[in-house]
Amino acid sequence: MVRNKLILAAAMLSSAALAAPAAAQNEQFIPILSYRTGAYAVNGVPYANGVADYYNLINERDGGINGVKLLVEECETGYATDKGVECYERLKGKGPTGAAFINPLSTGITFALTEKTTTDKIPIITMGYGRADSKNGAVFAYNFPLLGTYWSAADIAIQHVAKEIGGFDKLKGKKISLLYHDSPYGKEPIPMLQVLAKKYGFEFTPIPVTHPGVEQKSQWLAIRQNRPDYVLVWGWGVMNGTAVKEAAAVAYPRDKMIGVWWSGAEPDVTPAGDQAVGYKSLMLQHGAGKFPVHADIEKYVYARDKGASEPGKVGEVLYNRGMVNAMLGVEAIRKAQEKFGKKPLTGEQVRWGLENLNLSDARIKELGFEGMLKPIRISCSDHEGARDGRVQQWDGKGWKVISDWYTANQSETEPLVEEVSGKYAAEKNVKPRDCSKES
Amino acid sequence: MIGLGQFLEVLIGGLMSGVLYSLVALGFVLIFKASGVFNFAQGAMVLLAGLALVRSLDLLVAWGLPLWVAIILGIGFAAVIMAITAWLIERFVIGPLVNQDALTLFMSTIGVTFILEGAAQMIFGSDAYPLRLFPMDAWFLFEDLFPGGILLNKLDVWGGFIAGILVAGLAIFFERTKTGRALRAVADDHLAAQSVGIPISWIWFVVWLAAGLVALVAATVWGTKLGVQFSITFLALKALPVLIIGGLTSIPGAIVGGFIVGAGEKIAEVFLGSYIGGGIEYWFAYVLALVVLLVRPQGLFGERIIERI
Repeated sequence: MVRNKLILAAAMLSSAALAAPAAAQNEQFIPILSYRTGAYAVNGVPYANGVADYYNLINERDGGINGVKLLVEECETGYATDKGVECYERLKGKGPTGAAFINPLSTGITFALTEKTTTDKIPIITMGYGRADSKNGAVFAYNFPLLGTYWSAADIAIQHVAKEIGGFDKLKGKKISLLYHDSPYGKEPIPMLQVLAKKYGFEFTPIPVTHPGVEQKSQWLAIRQNRPDYVLVWGWGVMNGTAVKEAAAVAYPRDKMIGVWWSGAEPDVTPAGDQAVGYKSLMLQHGAGKFPVHADIEKYVYARDKGASEPGKVGEVLYNRGMVNAMLGVEAIRKAQEKFGKKPLTGEQVRWGLENLNLSDARIKELGFEGMLKPIRISCSDHEGARDGRVQQWDGKGWKVISDWYTANQSETEPLVEEVSGKYAAEKNVKPRDCSKES
Repeated sequence: MIGLGQFLEVLIGGLMSGVLYSLVALGFVLIFKASGVFNFAQGAMVLLAGLALVRSLDLLVAWGLPLWVAIILGIGFAAVIMAITAWLIERFVIGPLVNQDALTLFMSTIGVTFILEGAAQMIFGSDAYPLRLFPMDAWFLFEDLFPGGILLNKLDVWGGFIAGILVAGLAIFFERTKTGRALRAVADDHLAAQSVGIPISWIWFVVWLAAGLVALVAATVWGTKLGVQFSITFLALKALPVLIIGGLTSIPGAIVGGFIVGAGEKIAEVFLGSYIGGGIEYWFAYVLALVVLLVRPQGLFGERIIERI
């Protein structure tokens, strides 16, 4: 009797062992590079929660993408480039088909991974960050700086300044400073702002702030002396809140500060309290708030006790951005499944899905993102897909949208994209693809 | 053209910033002076103290207590947390390592750093929490002499005032009290101190408690300046050149070192930075420290140790 029980147990164990890989064969692996610890965790945590919750929603509500479950694994980078590369190397081969794509949430890690991901044929999605020249998909086949590059952001910021002062002709002679995180991220908009300064005749002064940005007295004393008409803020983490506080300390008007979309979330202003009132930032299309997709998140994820965030933080700016980022990746996989079949796909196949992604207003509404996003259409020559933004202002309690939509002027950004991506292609011996032949 | 007003503003701003670095550096000096341990965990202790204070303060205010009562109770709660931390460190980390060499003790404080950082955020949260214990606006001095005047942050002045009180208090404690003298004896030689009846466990608890309370004071000022969040631990890196310049064993040295680092880095950043790409203040402080190391390895106010072979 005992012997029979042992045999039965052994049979059950072996069948379970066989069944597990079989089930895993129908899973699409997606790595999440996140930072929940360290100097930038304050911003990294809500973003990572948004990403995790959206993938969870797809599994809980839809049973995956056309029956293919999403298998996700987080890896902590601490916003450090070396750890980011380590995470990528560890996770790129996981799952039945390897990583569908990678989203490093760091421009520094993006620079470090660009060649590796191309070699490994794994798309690198850098929504609203990363290398601006990678908009040119003919050269950067695997980079996707979706929704807006820093050059688009710089152009939108200057458009808004021009609107506030009464026109582009009024920019001449004005002083605009860029207070930036002294890292690849912070330096990225400088070439575009130099081009715009030359074109419109404003005086441009870049001012670096050393990581992590806890001490900015020197920079703000220099700003107090130079008295720029506007200060653009390209900060991350503690640097943003400190910039607002130091601005208040030197009596620099907060409504003359415009942060990039990574300097315009709740953790960037709440530590400064009333001193942050009036501070403005760009929006990567969406802002804070809840939309139909949030109702699904609450119903299928939080009601089942599977949410990653504190419920009160669902709908904050960075949480929403994480969700949007995850949604674009999911839709790229869905698009790729149309061509390659409803099964786990390789990174190369998902790359095709990304390059052919076309989300109309109707589809965005269907996904529950209506009001958060405008249509996005990606192509071989345009890996950015959309370059629209708005401006929001902190009123002490929440962000208020204060502008209409702006679209980055491609006649200004495109020559720089062509020039810099062309140099990259020449340096790295990359033969640009002929986009007219891509389908 | 550099105006005198601008130079004075940068100089004064730098000196005042330096005092804020000194607040963190004092915690290092205290433990090194009393136990010979270079406490790598001082930045993490500032984070723990700040989080305990701000989270309890938020809770007490939410319960409807008057702000001044909430502040007193919040500071009391944070002090208790630092006392418990000091006891745990002495009981489980430093105590068992009595008579080990300095490097072993230093390595153990690195372990303490990670535990404190993780535990503090796990217990009290990992967001950025606003703290407003001191005024954040500024005075503009000598407006008649210089256009726009010379800016002086009220928070910096408070920081200077608090640092002055701390230095005076610690000097009296070390020089005039029995416990203070016992601390110095333990620092010189653990075994010799034990042999004459000094209770080494108690002494080490006292010194870690004192460092914890100094961390709490630093957290009140830096928390007001930055908000209480993980990045506050990076202040330890700002305090290192202060320690090298002032000397690891000197409390007045921590203040003077702070002045030199603060003024030096601010003047370098504002007046030299633009010529070499900017962002130089972070490493400029270490350049100053290197220069001092070359000339006076024990720091400007450190004890010169001569060992006969």
